[in-house]
Amino acid sequence: MFEGVPLTWFLITGTIMFFVGIYGFLVRKNLITILMSTELILNSVNINFVAFNKILYPDHLEGMFFSLFIIAVAAAEASVAIAIIINIYRRLVDINVEKMNEMKY
Amino acid sequence: MIDFSYTVWILLIPLIMFVVVGLFGNRFKPIVSGIAGTAGLFVMWILSLITAYKYFFVLEKAADGTFQKFLAFNMRWLNLTDTLHIDMGVLLDPISIMMLIVITTVSFMVHVYSIGYMDGEKGFMRFFATLSLFSFSMLGLVVATNIFQMYIFWELVGVSSYLLIGFYYTRDSAVSASKKAFIVTRFADLGFLIGILMLSFSTGTFDFLTLTGPNSPAFSSGTGIMFLGLSTMTWSMIFIFMGGAGKSAMFPLHIWLPDAMEGPTPVSALIHAATMVVAGVYLVARLFPIYVFAAPVALDVVMYVGAFSSIFAAIIACTQFDIKRVLAYSTMSQIGMMMFALGVSGYGGHEGLGYMASMFHLFTHAFFKSLLFLGAGAIIHAVHSNVMNEMGGLRKYLPITHATFLIACLAIAGVPPLSGFFSKDEILAAGHERSLMLYWVEMIVSGLTAFYMFRLYFSIFWGHDRHYHHTPHEASKTMTIPLMLLAVGALLTGLIPFSHFVTTDRLPFAAHLDMGIAIPAVLVGLIGIFTAMIFYRKETSVPDKIFNALGGFSKAAFHKFYIDEVYLFITKKIIFNYVSRPIAWFDRHIVDGAMNGIAYVTNETSDRIKRFQSGQLQQYALVFVSGVVLLTLLFTYLLNN
Repeated sequence: MFEGVPLTWFLITGTIMFFVGIYGFLVRKNLITILMSTELILNSVNINFVAFNKILYPDHLEGMFFSLFIIAVAAAEASVAIAIIINIYRRLVDINVEKMNEMKY
Repeated sequence: MIDFSYTVWILLIPLIMFVVVGLFGNRFKPIVSGIAGTAGLFVMWILSLITAYKYFFVLEKAADGTFQKFLAFNMRWLNLTDTLHIDMGVLLDPISIMMLIVITTVSFMVHVYSIGYMDGEKGFMRFFATLSLFSFSMLGLVVATNIFQMYIFWELVGVSSYLLIGFYYTRDSAVSASKKAFIVTRFADLGFLIGILMLSFSTGTFDFLTLTGPNSPAFSSGTGIMFLGLSTMTWSMIFIFMGGAGKSAMFPLHIWLPDAMEGPTPVSALIHAATMVVAGVYLVARLFPIYVFAAPVALDVVMYVGAFSSIFAAIIACTQFDIKRVLAYSTMSQIGMMMFALGVSGYGGHEGLGYMASMFHLFTHAFFKSLLFLGAGAIIHAVHSNVMNEMGGLRKYLPITHATFLIACLAIAGVPPLSGFFSKDEILAAGHERSLMLYWVEMIVSGLTAFYMFRLYFSIFWGHDRHYHHTPHEASKTMTIPLMLLAVGALLTGLIPFSHFVTTDRLPFAAHLDMGIAIPAVLVGLIGIFTAMIFYRKETSVPDKIFNALGGFSKAAFHKFYIDEVYLFITKKIIFNYVSRPIAWFDRHIVDGAMNGIAYVTNETSDRIKRFQSGQLQQYALVFVSGVVLLTLLFTYLLNN
């Protein structure tokens, strides 16, 4: 399906997704958006894994498995994070990350 | 060979008693702990008597006719190296058996007496627990198989003495007396430890059997000149004697003994008259072959210190008014005589007369001095005062105490045929052979002894009645029975032919009464008694006149020759000002200052940088990401070059 698509394109896509994720993580104030940003970062990594696996070792599947693991971990992480966010919302009736600054000096 | 290994139980019983009474005594009535302690002591007493009988009369002698010296029990306690190890065990020879008898007898009497004397006191159980601890440590000391075991138990008797002197811990004077006793003896024990280390360094052994045996390494090694013209062995024996002098209250380390009388009177009788204070004498006797053959100079030190302490304490005893203090100084004086006798002694047969006399006097002294203390306890119990000026005419009220006290006074004054006469006569005979001057010094001491003991006796029991708060009455049976038993001991122990049992080379010899010495000694004693009778039987102003006529001397004697003040001056004015204060300044300013400085710098730094921890998640993430970017750039740059 992607025959003939050069590796660089995948890498550029991955990099763009990665930095969009970083940007969102640093800038957005809504916790849900921040969580989505982390998913973006993880998925950019997945793209890199799969692309490199396909180009460098077409006969092997390690890269694929890695991305599968990452997807599983991301799912677990998302469920935990959402549980935390729901609890925070119950306490503060807000999910603005700047309001959550009680753990400081 | 008879099995003597059961003697280890003489040691273990009081230890078990201490643990049991100390931990569980509270669950029962106080009297239970008293009876338990006394019963334990009774068993030990019987065991000791059996041991003595079997040792002296049943056990066959060695091939050369001497009493055997052997380990009845031994275990390796601490393995330092293959050749150096510290053992725990039971060494049996005539002097350790003799000490077993002395300690268990007096301790048993004191236990029985204490049941009456301490009745109703707060801490009755604690008293008996500590007495058991003391008995354990004292017995461990005398049966020690090596000098390190001796040192360990030596410190343990120091601890139990400390606990018992400070028994009335709510009284300031008792607390400071116990601290004084502990610190002074501990200071002396520092010398003891140095001596042990020097001795074991040059001989390579701790073991008494090796050290005092015929081929002792102490005779051959460490004989070279080391310091001030004296050999290593001499110095180590002088240091060891320093420990003995501290425990035995020899001048100038005697200052703790009179204050130690703050403890309950039975404690004074047991520890500060009969057992612990003679530990120093026992120590010198235990190492006697080394003193004689390898360190005669150290033995001279023992002789002079003993002689000086005996006359020094006898003079002070004549001027004191607290009856227990008179007895304390009397104890110091008598122990000085024992040390003197050891100092003049030679080795082997009749040469070793002084050694035998010293052990003999130790034995008899234990009986009459503990009797005197227990009698004093009965008197204090009856009139609630320690001061002899507040007593008088007590012979009507306390007939048994009076009779036993009189026997003890006669015994210590050396009136024949009571026990003190025989042992003192042997000491004087031994002194006569060595040094005529010191012989006369000891003669004066025995005169003074007779004088101050009868001064005490007449002031307490004669003279006219004082106004007592209530009529004094005789103490209970548990108190008077030990008095009577000890009086029997004071009467009869002198008749034991000691030279057949306890000698330097463990070979019996016959000691004869030398009339040329016995007659003047008895005369001097009688002069002392009659002088005291003239002065104190009826109240006269003669003693005061003599006291005033002697002016400065008697005033100094009354103030114990200002030795306490000298110590205070040295410690407070010199050591505190010129040593402790600079050290304290260094500690407060340099050591503590460095610590405080570090803490201050840490505190300030963290105060400055704590704002970084803002609680803002995204700030942290930004810093983290910037860090990663920076590192990536850095590594890219480094790897590309």
